[in-house]
Amino acid sequence: MPPKVNLQKCDGCRAESEALCVQICPGDLMALDENNGKAYCRSARDCWDCMSCVKACPNGAIETRLPYQLGYYPAKLIPLVGSNKISWTVVDIHGKVERFTFKNRND
Amino acid sequence: MAAKLPAKLEEVGEVRLETDILIIGAGNAGCYAAIEAKRRRPDLRVTLMEKAHIDRSGCLASGMDAINTYIKKNETVENLVRWSRAQAGGLLREDLTITMAELLNQAIEEWEEWGLPIKKDENGEYLARGRWDIAIQGSEMKVILAEKVREYGCEVLNRVVATNYLLDGDRVIGAMGFGVRDGKFYIIKAGATIVATGGAAGLYKPYTNDGVDSHHQIWYCPFNVGTGYAMGIRAGAEMTTFEMRWCAVRTKDFNGPIDTISVGYKAPMINAKGEKILAERYAHMGGDASPRFVRANAPMEEWLAGRGPCYVDTRHMTPEQVKTLKIDYLNERPSFVLFLAARGQDITREPIEVYGSDPYIVGGHTASGYWIDVKRATTLPGLFACGDVAGGVPNKFVGGCAAEGMLAARGAVEYLESLADRGQVDESLVAAEKARVYAPAIRQVREGDGVIPREMEERLQRLMDEYAGGVHQFYRMNRERLEYALKHLAILKDQTRYLVAHDLHELMEAHEIIDRLDVAEVLVHHLLFREETRWPGWQNRVDFPERDDTRFDCFVNSRRNPQTGEIEVFTRPYEQIIPGDRYRP
Repeated sequence: MPPKVNLQKCDGCRAESEALCVQICPGDLMALDENNGKAYCRSARDCWDCMSCVKACPNGAIETRLPYQLGYYPAKLIPLVGSNKISWTVVDIHGKVERFTFKNRND
Repeated sequence: MAAKLPAKLEEVGEVRLETDILIIGAGNAGCYAAIEAKRRRPDLRVTLMEKAHIDRSGCLASGMDAINTYIKKNETVENLVRWSRAQAGGLLREDLTITMAELLNQAIEEWEEWGLPIKKDENGEYLARGRWDIAIQGSEMKVILAEKVREYGCEVLNRVVATNYLLDGDRVIGAMGFGVRDGKFYIIKAGATIVATGGAAGLYKPYTNDGVDSHHQIWYCPFNVGTGYAMGIRAGAEMTTFEMRWCAVRTKDFNGPIDTISVGYKAPMINAKGEKILAERYAHMGGDASPRFVRANAPMEEWLAGRGPCYVDTRHMTPEQVKTLKIDYLNERPSFVLFLAARGQDITREPIEVYGSDPYIVGGHTASGYWIDVKRATTLPGLFACGDVAGGVPNKFVGGCAAEGMLAARGAVEYLESLADRGQVDESLVAAEKARVYAPAIRQVREGDGVIPREMEERLQRLMDEYAGGVHQFYRMNRERLEYALKHLAILKDQTRYLVAHDLHELMEAHEIIDRLDVAEVLVHHLLFREETRWPGWQNRVDFPERDDTRFDCFVNSRRNPQTGEIEVFTRPYEQIIPGDRYRP
């Protein structure tokens, strides 16, 4: 499943030795485009949709999209990562919004 | 920025390391092994070789919402063995299950101390989600574990792919591999070696693979490709029970976990006619508590009989329960919540559709893997195994893989302390492995033509799906189809010399398909040998549809002869320790 990179928000993690999404992807699927220095997924078909890159991105520039073959446009699932908790916003294809916040690490 | 591929073998840089304990694979089991080794002997150098990044590698990359085996206050190790034995159709290693179960709770409680939130009930006990399961909020559990590995002073080599063991005779003295970032060839010599590379996905074609974007829309971690099995097979290690494949009922089209719903919220499986399948058709097998292979087979039988699609019926759930359910999924597979949104589905009105997954080889769920002893020593001296790559212990799941990591570390430390010498590196074997590893890159430069890994992967997956009982064939197989599979596997193995790689990522993919072929070949030999149907759903021999206790109430094991490449298949007897009917919990 393809992570979609927002090119306005992605800065290629210039301050890092390696962009965080490139560092973290368990499938080695994220890379930086040599021309514009921004992240892209080298093989959408090989993505497991684990959302590690989405959670790791400091600029909130990556969104996981479902393959259209399996799920309709334009549903969204956006995390907001805190230090000991995480909040998720989900929007379904009818525009219905739900929010979930929970602890993901003991204090 | 990743290094360029070498055009000549002489250009390949080498990294030579010596360590005390080498752990291949820094997933759950590998991390626990590393921590336990350091706890036993802080003076030892402990090195983890990881093809991805330790923070998010292996099965726990996206998290987990439950630990499926924890021994609660009113339960015992013996009861766990009885339950697990019945779930596995009467076949498991009781000695290994007992030793795993004795450490199970410690591993889980430590994870909580390190930061993993485990839900509690009104009495302050872990919140039960079934007889053995407890509910957790584990979206960050792998990151928490990785931090602990670093804190204990273990050395982590991220983005280094293992390709083969370093051997001194049949003794394992480390491993070789290559860096996916630096392109260098790694030769790591070790006193003791622990393999923890997980199971094998991608042997079979998934039914979700239409179009270009959803090939990896599968349940098991698609980056676990069976490398640890393949390295053991090539080195002549004894393997067990590959024929006990793991096929599971998953949410249709997403391949998401289903126990979250069916166990966590008591949602019964129903067919298109609204009949409660397990309660009505499988009452004699235990109804909703039937063994997992029965549950995997049930919806497929309904489809074949014209009573599909099948569902888990969520229509009784309250809005509060739905919210908790979605939080569970956000902890384990967040994109399932996205999937429901992308279907615009309200699960209190429409039930969740279920279907069988593609088959996997996963020693944490079934009994497939290395044949080991209670110290987790494999049949190769110096090599220990834990987690999904280790055989004999089905239903160990997350907690059991962690516990087994600890056991493997103890075995490895004890072995290291008994060593008189650390063995000799045979440089001719190193040179041969280096040539084998970089061959697809060199071929691309020299020939500029050949087979890319993806083509070969898809050929393998199509072959296995159609001839070795894949999901499109409702897991069914017979001797003639399996022999056809073997014939074409031999062709594919010969064709690996035509593989080409254009970059280091593709070089990794080349070795992933080479490894999958070795695993698939052994798997088909196991499927051929067991001329019975012991686990319909996991292993359906349509030419031998009944269970045959006179011939097959035993383990089916195999060993590939490293000199000839011949795969010998043989049996090992069952040894019962805990009394009772092995088919009843």
